[in-house]
Amino acid sequence: MTIGLGHYLAVAAILFTLGILGIFLNRKNIIVILMSIELILLAVNINMVAFSTFLGDIVGQVFALLVLTVAAAEAAIGLAVLVVYFRNRGSIAVEDVNLMKG
Amino acid sequence: MIQALVFLPLIGALIAGFIAILGAHGRNPSGDEMDHAHDDHGHGDASAHAAHGHDDHGHDDHDDHHHVAEPAALGSRAAELITAGLLVVSAVLSWMTFVDVAFMHHDARVVLLNWINSGDLQLSWTLRVDTLTAVMLVVVTTVSSLVHIYSLGYMEDDPNRPRFMAYLSLFTFMMLMLVTADNLLQLFFGWEGVGLASYLLIGFWFKKPSANAAAIKAFVVNRVGDFGFLLGIFALFMLVGSTDLDTIFASAPGLTGKTINFFGWHADALTLTCLLLFVGAMGKSAQFLLHTWLPDAMEGPTPVSALIHAATMVTAGVFMVARMSPLFELAPNAQAVVMLVGATTAFFAATIGLVQNDIKRIVAYSTCSQLGYMFVALGTGAYSVAMFHLFTHAFFKALLFLGSGSVIYAMHHEQDIRKMGGLWNKIPFTYAMMTIGTLALTGFPFTAGYFSKDAIIEAAYASHTQFAFYGFLMTVVAALLTSFYSWRLVFKTFHGEPHDKKHYDAAHEAPLWMLVPLAVLGIGSFAAGFPFKELFAGHHVGEFFRESLKMNPHIIEEMHHIPGWVPYVPTVMMVLGFLISYLFYVRKPYLPVELANQHPLLYKFLLNKWYFDELYEIIFVRPAKWIGHFLWKKGDGMIIDGLGPDGVSARVLNITRGVVKLQTGYLYHYAFAMLIGVAGLITWFIFGLGGQ
Repeated sequence: MTIGLGHYLAVAAILFTLGILGIFLNRKNIIVILMSIELILLAVNINMVAFSTFLGDIVGQVFALLVLTVAAAEAAIGLAVLVVYFRNRGSIAVEDVNLMKG
Repeated sequence: MIQALVFLPLIGALIAGFIAILGAHGRNPSGDEMDHAHDDHGHGDASAHAAHGHDDHGHDDHDDHHHVAEPAALGSRAAELITAGLLVVSAVLSWMTFVDVAFMHHDARVVLLNWINSGDLQLSWTLRVDTLTAVMLVVVTTVSSLVHIYSLGYMEDDPNRPRFMAYLSLFTFMMLMLVTADNLLQLFFGWEGVGLASYLLIGFWFKKPSANAAAIKAFVVNRVGDFGFLLGIFALFMLVGSTDLDTIFASAPGLTGKTINFFGWHADALTLTCLLLFVGAMGKSAQFLLHTWLPDAMEGPTPVSALIHAATMVTAGVFMVARMSPLFELAPNAQAVVMLVGATTAFFAATIGLVQNDIKRIVAYSTCSQLGYMFVALGTGAYSVAMFHLFTHAFFKALLFLGSGSVIYAMHHEQDIRKMGGLWNKIPFTYAMMTIGTLALTGFPFTAGYFSKDAIIEAAYASHTQFAFYGFLMTVVAALLTSFYSWRLVFKTFHGEPHDKKHYDAAHEAPLWMLVPLAVLGIGSFAAGFPFKELFAGHHVGEFFRESLKMNPHIIEEMHHIPGWVPYVPTVMMVLGFLISYLFYVRKPYLPVELANQHPLLYKFLLNKWYFDELYEIIFVRPAKWIGHFLWKKGDGMIIDGLGPDGVSARVLNITRGVVKLQTGYLYHYAFAMLIGVAGLITWFIFGLGGQ
């Protein structure tokens, strides 16, 4: 069985769906939400690399590297925000984070 | 001269009113000063302290206000002297005007200003001075100036004297406006003005709830009459196209036989108009059915009762009908109604007067009854005779009221005649004056009332209108009743055993300020009769009143050709009433009590004033209150507010509360909403936009 484009895209779709579900179903920890976002980005990256290889266009892979960089920076900022938030409010449980409640 | 006469009281009222305002300002420091204190605190302290300091300050101020007894305003005496002085000048001027107009025949029309100029309605502010006006001028200013002087003594304990004097002078000015009116709108201005002054003066002691209630009652009942009066003015304007008296009188003969279409009912124009005008007169002059306000109006200070509710304002209705005599002469049916109502009032008020116990209320019912006499005279077409009784009545009724005031003053504001008795040797001068007033009221020979009242009874006998005999009968019976209740008042107050020892011992004669007006009115009670008899009810009527009254052409002549026994009837009735009263209250004081016990129903009926107040309570007051409550709660509260401002704001709140609930604050909810949105967008792009 040769591994084709469809397989790559399927893995990416599964990862994406996992990421989305991770955001919804997770009721515990904001860190898990951050991880889910990373999963979604990962799914996008896999898509990009797979298309890049199959279409013979290197731009997709370059773009994937760029996304990785941005994702790393974003994760760092997100974690920093979380640390500060925990210091201020003493909890990062998702249930407690509802300051925007009307 | 006439301008000075009319406007002097207004000037007095303004000055006294200014002093009253200054006095009120002095007693109750205005809110401005409080605010300054607040600011000072605010600058010095933190804001929370400032608010606290302000509270303290206000509290202190409040306490001070209650502890200190109310002092009379600064300049009270000045206000009294100014108003009284101006009124005396005005009275002198009006006697001069009277001589000038009535005997020298110098009628005058003084145009003051153009007032209304609107389409057909052309009005100028004109003072009309003819004999009818001159008579009223004399009555109003004379009684008013005496009452002003009397008030100097009677009101000496009251802290609000300047306000009182201002109201009195304002009333006098409005009354002068009324009697000098040259068109109906001007008349109506004075008419409402005296109503306002009456309201203010009845409610002068505004801390008494009963005084407030009486003031409102007087105002409201008068509005009923005024509504009729206004309709009458409108009808006249519709018929004639003008409210000028001269224009109306000139075109009055052309109106006979005309009809007004009123919802398909063709009413005779003149009769309808006269009846509407008469409704106004009934309200102001407290005639049967609209009389209920007058006895309650006795809540006001006694000088007010003498001036407004005996001598002047209540006679405005009589004056108005006399003024409109050219119309009434052409409407015999309206005259018959005037006669009917007048005769009924004369009898009915006299019966109530028999059993009342409040000294002022007895005199008030007597006033009501005497006004009925005047309307009987108007109904016969003998307008000058009505004016004669108005003229004499002003003197002796003001005397009776001021005398009652003197008794009340002596008894330290006790008004119940059951608690008086034996006062004649304590206050002999007041006793003498009250006796003179009573003699004049009952028509003792050669007093003022004798001439005028007998003239009315003769006119009623001589008249040929419908109800004329009814009028004659009622006035004769009322003469008996008048004599009875008047002497009852005198006997119970001045004779017999004192019933309240404490008050009796403390009773003392009033100060000179109060006795002088009594003496003047006492002289007037004699002098107003005989010298004026020929002018008002004799052969000189035509020459005296000239154009100002349009008399029934035959009535004066017929009055002098009645059977010989008629003139003696009222005198016999007067003597009979006196004897019964003497028997009941001096000889055998147990008789009236027994009589009351034998006829409890009749006694209760009279004591409760024919149950008119209770009847009106059920017919008018309660439904009005119910309608008002209904409109307030259902109409305004439920419908207008419910669907209007309150409803809209409530709906907005409901919606926003729902919207607010959408904002849970949970991250995953927002993420979910985003996902749905993105999914929706993509679906749209794929199947909607992409499909094209």
